[in-house]
Amino acid sequence: MRFLQSLALQPRFQGPIIRVMSQTTEQISLSVNGEALQVPTGTTLAGLVTIMELDTRKLAVERNLEIVPRSQYAATLLAAGDTLEIVHFVGGG
Amino acid sequence: MDGTTHTAHGWTVAGRHFASRLVVGTGKYKDLETTAAAIEASGAEMVTVAVRRVNLSDRKAPMLQDFVDPQRYTYLPNTAGCFTADEAVRTLRLAREAGGWNLVKLEVLGPQPTLYPDMAATLLAAEALIKDRFEVMVYCSDDPVAAKRLEEMGCVAIMPLGAPIGSGLGVQNPLMIQMIIENAKVPVLVDAGVGTAWDAAYAMELGCDAVLVNSAIAMADDPVKMAVAMKHGVIAGRLAYEAGRIPRKNYASASSPMTGLIR
Repeated sequence: MRFLQSLALQPRFQGPIIRVMSQTTEQISLSVNGEALQVPTGTTLAGLVTIMELDTRKLAVERNLEIVPRSQYAATLLAAGDTLEIVHFVGGG
Repeated sequence: MDGTTHTAHGWTVAGRHFASRLVVGTGKYKDLETTAAAIEASGAEMVTVAVRRVNLSDRKAPMLQDFVDPQRYTYLPNTAGCFTADEAVRTLRLAREAGGWNLVKLEVLGPQPTLYPDMAATLLAAEALIKDRFEVMVYCSDDPVAAKRLEEMGCVAIMPLGAPIGSGLGVQNPLMIQMIIENAKVPVLVDAGVGTAWDAAYAMELGCDAVLVNSAIAMADDPVKMAVAMKHGVIAGRLAYEAGRIPRKNYASASSPMTGLIR
């Protein structure tokens, strides 16, 4: 996850996500799929998915044990301490 | 007349029609290219898939959906790896969000080395899922009483194991499988335990609506060839079931006329 932390610190990832929210570059800590991750304050779930370059075609996100519908990604502001599970389909029997 | 004509009517689960009576898993293959080739060769229209965390450290890893098109195949999300009812329900709610469909495979397993269905937990999970408007195809023990209870709760298909998952032992308890089939008003699939084409054919001869196969194809030396064998095994077994086998007898009965013999 180290590279993601550094990605999140690069200005090009902060721009569209936090510009309207705040001038600060304060970071909050999340747990994503069991890994610790820092993102700028004001990051939305849509922003996180963009930062991570995830393929959203067949994705589901659970935030603090509640499923977030795809339509709500942009409106979902991440908070410090959020626990996210991001899943997709893999081979199985 | 060929097999295609005879089995053209296929089977229906929860209002969805399938011409192929073979359902295949997508796990255990050496790579996704082989997965795709074997599934294509099997003729299956429904495939089981698992729900897992996205790999955040290798996000460019090839994805199942790029090889097995969800538009072409009906994805049946499973709850493999779930050992409690809560885990199974949570997993399938995520699957519904990811895929947008309600038809799911419920399996709640007991511990190694049997991975036998945990029926108490399975019943709890089935109840919660049905209440939450899922259409539940349920992996279960070969217990006619439990199978009937699951059906009465509203499960859309009953899927007793032929033998432990991945064992390749074939149908170990044909009597109970047959009893489940004869008493069921919903489709019955033998799920787990198939080792080779004969096992699939035998399950179909018992009167199953379909057979679910994963390991036997994925772990075969030549998965694509085994997929073809399974396809034919399922067709042969179904045709034999529909044709009606002759009664078993403990004495010979000559096949050629005993009259008109030369002297």
